[in-house]
Amino acid sequence: MALPTHISAPSANSTSRVPVYALVGNPNCGKSTLFNALTGLKQKVGNYPGVTVEKKVGTTYSQHGQPITVIDLPGAYSLAARSPDEAVTRDVLLGRRSDTAQPDRILCIVDATNLERNLYLVHQILDLGRPVILVLNMMDLAAQAGLRLRLNRLEHELGIPVIACEAANGKGIIELRLAMSRTDLPLSRHAWNVPAPIASAVTELQASLIAHDRKAPLIARAEALLLLTDQDSVRVAGSTPLDPRTAEILRGWEKRWEGEGTDWAGTLVNSRYEAIGRLAAEVVLPSATTGPTTSDRIDAVVTHPVWGWLVLGLVMLLLFLSIFTLAEYPMNWIDGRVAALANWVKAGMAPGDLRDLITDGAIAGVGGVLIFLPQILILFFFIGLLESTGYMARAAFIMDRLMSRVGLNGKSFIPLLSSYACAIPGIMATRTIEDPKDRLVTILVAPLMSCSARLPVYLLMIAALVPGDRVPLLTKVGIMLLMYALGTVGAFGFAWLFKRTLLKGAPPLMIMELPPYRLPLFRDVALHMVERAGLFLRRAGTVILGISIVLWFLAAYPKAPADATPTQQLAQSFAGRAGHLLEPVIRPLGFDWQIGIGLITSFAAREVFVSTMGVVFNAESSDNDTKPLRQAMLAARWPDGRMLFTPLTCITLMIFYVFAMQCMSTIAVVKRETNGWKWPVFQTVYMTGTAWVLSLIVYQAGRGLGF
Amino acid sequence: MAALIKLSELAVGASAIVREFPKTGPAFIRLREMGLLAGTPVTLVRTAPLGDPLELKIRGYHLTLRKSEAEHVLVESAP
Repeated sequence: MALPTHISAPSANSTSRVPVYALVGNPNCGKSTLFNALTGLKQKVGNYPGVTVEKKVGTTYSQHGQPITVIDLPGAYSLAARSPDEAVTRDVLLGRRSDTAQPDRILCIVDATNLERNLYLVHQILDLGRPVILVLNMMDLAAQAGLRLRLNRLEHELGIPVIACEAANGKGIIELRLAMSRTDLPLSRHAWNVPAPIASAVTELQASLIAHDRKAPLIARAEALLLLTDQDSVRVAGSTPLDPRTAEILRGWEKRWEGEGTDWAGTLVNSRYEAIGRLAAEVVLPSATTGPTTSDRIDAVVTHPVWGWLVLGLVMLLLFLSIFTLAEYPMNWIDGRVAALANWVKAGMAPGDLRDLITDGAIAGVGGVLIFLPQILILFFFIGLLESTGYMARAAFIMDRLMSRVGLNGKSFIPLLSSYACAIPGIMATRTIEDPKDRLVTILVAPLMSCSARLPVYLLMIAALVPGDRVPLLTKVGIMLLMYALGTVGAFGFAWLFKRTLLKGAPPLMIMELPPYRLPLFRDVALHMVERAGLFLRRAGTVILGISIVLWFLAAYPKAPADATPTQQLAQSFAGRAGHLLEPVIRPLGFDWQIGIGLITSFAAREVFVSTMGVVFNAESSDNDTKPLRQAMLAARWPDGRMLFTPLTCITLMIFYVFAMQCMSTIAVVKRETNGWKWPVFQTVYMTGTAWVLSLIVYQAGRGLGF
Repeated sequence: MAALIKLSELAVGASAIVREFPKTGPAFIRLREMGLLAGTPVTLVRTAPLGDPLELKIRGYHLTLRKSEAEHVLVESAP
């Protein structure tokens, strides 16, 4: 069956409204670079409702200055989707999503150095019956690789405009704009023969899709072809289910083919590649065979059994240290600015509830949101760099074997590693994991990696634990390492558990392209970085701000008499009362109501525990000098005269902080990344539950052993 | 026709031609869509430092897959 040949596209949309182009292409073909080159800063980033897939829409201008809308669809290898990203691309192109109008025209970008595989997606897209412009990107790299491409042949064979382009250098953009401005874009006249055993099924499905699912004839044919390769297509979120009559026809054919031993899906893919092979033979002139490329030579070191680990270790160390240490300067600066602003307001306003709300509630809350920006910006700068150079894929390649032990794949490695610094950027970085279940498991366990906010708590507890004012370095490092190890083992243990029970799925695949190494484009990296920061501020920032104000209110009200000390004020506040209420639950762990207050307030951020203890025990202390607080804590007693902070209590408290979900910002980000409250609530319950049980075991066993 | 061996047993640096491919399973449809089909020449470039996954060169680009998938693909060694 040959594709009906149309010569020109419907032109109804050309004058009345802004034309909409969908930009599609394989991952790593330079799609984002082209999108940035076309639209510059005129981009809007949001989410497709119901899924955590980014929706990017931008505006470019025709040669006459008319606006043109460009939707940057997620990178895809095929319309037979294997990830939520690819599903969005498929559904938008097929007009299945109610939130996004079906694009009028399609801009297909392909990597000229890797034409055959890239043309597979193009081949599927030509079936959609929409006008298509084909962009051959990275023409310079193709020339370097010794490839000679006959573009006019390709244009002739496909019957659509083909534009040579180097998006990274801005070459070919003018020609592309010119083509996009055309009102008379032709439809492809490329014909390929659906293999005989399948052709009649396609015809039958097409007829049913037109009659019962009310699809346009050409889309119906594309849908019919897709139904035969795409296992998910019948039950896709956001799309209307297939009419039962169509589904019945599909099942009938599948059963028949299974009986006959016909490999229908494979046959379809094969016949597309056969058509592409014939096309490529016309277009790509055989090059003189070349030796190993630069990329091959880099890989010989970077994925070497010995040097590979060294390089990975160095890159990760650099990433880790930057988040840990480099971020400290801007974070201190933000801290200082926020405090200065609060003081300025305090000086200028009459004392009262409103002033306190503004300074201790709102300004402190905004500060609590902004404080994450340096870490997020630095991590996404690195991730952008790793992705655009191609190293990210290598890191996943090297780590895959280890991650597969707990049922994850190599792509979970970077998010988990980043979580040692802070779980917020770590969780945001899980977007690179295609499989939704793997991604969710990674999000669920990421906060178990000991983040930098736990450090002050560990340090204070170690100081209280060890006799004498100076803690020997070896003891400090030893206990610290133990806590890090505990969190890491916990994270992998729970990942293993979740992959076997709650989020059981097909074993993750590692079918992935290792793109050639390329020089990073700083414009793309910077845009990516700013986009992430913006998304964090808009989506998670509001939740964090809200909870901060609530926590402030709990500690500030009801008001004590005017002459009360901060210690008395906190003791009789809602938070103080909640500490008392909490005591029966935490007493078996060796914690009293005063520690309970710390557990409540440090929900804002774990390090708040230290400052709360300072208020509770009325001891001034700073990060560098915990001596007064340490002494005040060691003097604290239970009502019956027993010591409160025994070494056992200190150890128990540390273990509690390793596992408990004491971080509202993480909860806010998980809510955003999982699209709802279900998973953050589950995560809080399982983490804090584990913390409680383990602390109970340690404390009671310790008591039993006489500590 | 030379004897068929599993793709996972191909020596590093060796080339072969894919001959047999599992008919079902989403992994194998995706591998086909990535251009790994019966008749496609492949070269095993290397294995990851821990022995798995594998890095193949097909159709001018580099593709990784795990041994657990590669052992279902039969190839004929090319001279």
